[in-house]
Amino acid sequence: MAKLDREAQINLYTLVSKARKLEEKLIELSTGGLIPGWVHSGLGQEATGVAVTVNLNKNDYINITHRGRPAMLGKGVSLKNFLAEAMGKKDGPCKGKSGEGHFADMEKNIIGGSGIIGASLPICAGVATACKLKKTGQIVVCFFGDGAADEGAFHETLNLASKWELPIIFVCENNGWAQFVPQTATSALMSIAKRADAYNMTSESVDGNDVLKVYNVAKEAVVRARNMQPTLIEVKVNRWLGHYVGDSQKYRDADEIEDCKKDDFLEKYRSYLLKNKVLTKGKIKNIEENVEIEIKEAVEYALGCELPDNEVAFEDVYC
Amino acid sequence: MRDSNYIRAINEALKEELQRDEDVVLMGEDVGLSGGAFVASRGLFKEFGENRVIDTPMCESSFVGASLGMAMAGMRPIVEVMFMDFMTVCMDSIVNQIAKARYMSGGQFRIPLVIRTLAGGGLSAGPQHSQSLESWFCHVPGLKVIYPATPYDTKGLLKASIRDDNPVIFIEHKLLRTAGQVEDGEYTIPIGKADIKKEGNDVTIVAYGPMLLKALSAADELSKEDINVEVVDLRTLSPMDTETVINSVKKTNKLVIVHEAVKFAGFGAEIAATVTEEAFDYLDAPIMRVGAAFTPIPFGSELENAVLPKEKDIIQAVKEII
Repeated sequence: MAKLDREAQINLYTLVSKARKLEEKLIELSTGGLIPGWVHSGLGQEATGVAVTVNLNKNDYINITHRGRPAMLGKGVSLKNFLAEAMGKKDGPCKGKSGEGHFADMEKNIIGGSGIIGASLPICAGVATACKLKKTGQIVVCFFGDGAADEGAFHETLNLASKWELPIIFVCENNGWAQFVPQTATSALMSIAKRADAYNMTSESVDGNDVLKVYNVAKEAVVRARNMQPTLIEVKVNRWLGHYVGDSQKYRDADEIEDCKKDDFLEKYRSYLLKNKVLTKGKIKNIEENVEIEIKEAVEYALGCELPDNEVAFEDVYC
Repeated sequence: MRDSNYIRAINEALKEELQRDEDVVLMGEDVGLSGGAFVASRGLFKEFGENRVIDTPMCESSFVGASLGMAMAGMRPIVEVMFMDFMTVCMDSIVNQIAKARYMSGGQFRIPLVIRTLAGGGLSAGPQHSQSLESWFCHVPGLKVIYPATPYDTKGLLKASIRDDNPVIFIEHKLLRTAGQVEDGEYTIPIGKADIKKEGNDVTIVAYGPMLLKALSAADELSKEDINVEVVDLRTLSPMDTETVINSVKKTNKLVIVHEAVKFAGFGAEIAATVTEEAFDYLDAPIMRVGAAFTPIPFGSELENAVLPKEKDIIQAVKEII
């Protein structure tokens, strides 16, 4: 396993704790009616997006899912821009027309998210095709959930990416729930990683509650992608809350929810950093306070942004 | 000008644009090695190689979706969906993804992307290889929809579509050997402009695609009875050239709309409604529509002929209001 230097470890901790606090803040804002539409909380599964994307170059591409904030943070998205978009303000990169779930920011090469589960897979493969044909050296990370792995687009795209030897990494955040239905009720094969075998593609399955393991698996996949070898990574994660903020999860066993909360990657990574003397308790407190200040300032900024004029609704249909 | 035909005009447009811009690629089922199911891409694989003329797996939904990603990342893909009926397999990629990518990103993306597809009956290809579904795509903001009839228009509009920075649904008809002339040198035809193919004063026929040819021969027949028809070839359906249609109606005061698609809820209804809204006072008769019967397209030639619109249907519609 590759050793992360001290600075990289601290950066990783800063980003995952920011991702956690951002999820908590989004729940608060959504519940308070300050974010239009639904917010799909990724509380409990924030490690993956960060630990994968910190391995990327600035000009590499990613998509996002509806729980995609951690990946955006790893890609360096400004919290102010993101929150302005989430609140439907004109200062968001999409002028308030995408919201948080479809957020696209081409300054960071984030191509956005799709409201149609599985639709992002072929689009990401197309971006990877362009990178390969234009010989740009860029790679693509395509995020999706376990529900998407049952879509036809997943199978078609894995075949395409493997046959065309595309510079792409498929990251399936498997939280075991496709909206309100458990994977056990729908999948003939519980291992999503194993499905890659059918398409002659390298795959890995990794515990999403271990930040460093996810980081290392992604790091190796990045090397392969730069050599035109795609990888499917299945990250086993826990969804602490419902499908969306406000979903009371009546369909789910209360003990299962409590159990999964006990296996918190953030607590574990914090202990690891203390034990290995990368950070002290004081330093951790300091990082978390700074993250809170940054989020608070971003929320204040976004609340202060103006709503777009109605004309904006009629723009950008065509070039 | 020189002689050509419909399919050759498509081939020339593809070849010239592949030569002009290295970001242009052609992709789809059978477009490469075989030269295309209807030989539209004959010779291109050999000339441009497998990275420019790409044979895809049979996964319409995903290779059309992939073309969006390619466009987002700076290429200008031309995708062939062999039959328009197969467009139904990739409706998510087209309607939810391609048509909305620019809008949802607040204008961050340009989507220079052409989907070429073959529509219409006449080949005894059966109910799932013969449909004309153009109105479905006209109903989606973010797409341009083009359905040319002549070799000249086909070449010029295909080249313009490839150079356009928006997604274009480019519909080709199955009368592939339709003869006609094209210009010797380089030319494009602006998207969104109708063309008056025959001037007249008594009645306007608006048509597009294969029905343009039937409308012109109907106009010839009617001229023998001193009925002087103006034939407007819409060429682009979305955005529609309302001005040319309205101006013609203001001149003739009568309108017949002809398309091969099913008449009910077809694109003709949109044309009729627009003319009613904008030029009601100029109309001296009800607007007539000629289209296919409200049935699937049957396999056998006689049955197929029974449901598709014919020249005599156009003549009859004109005579009803003249």
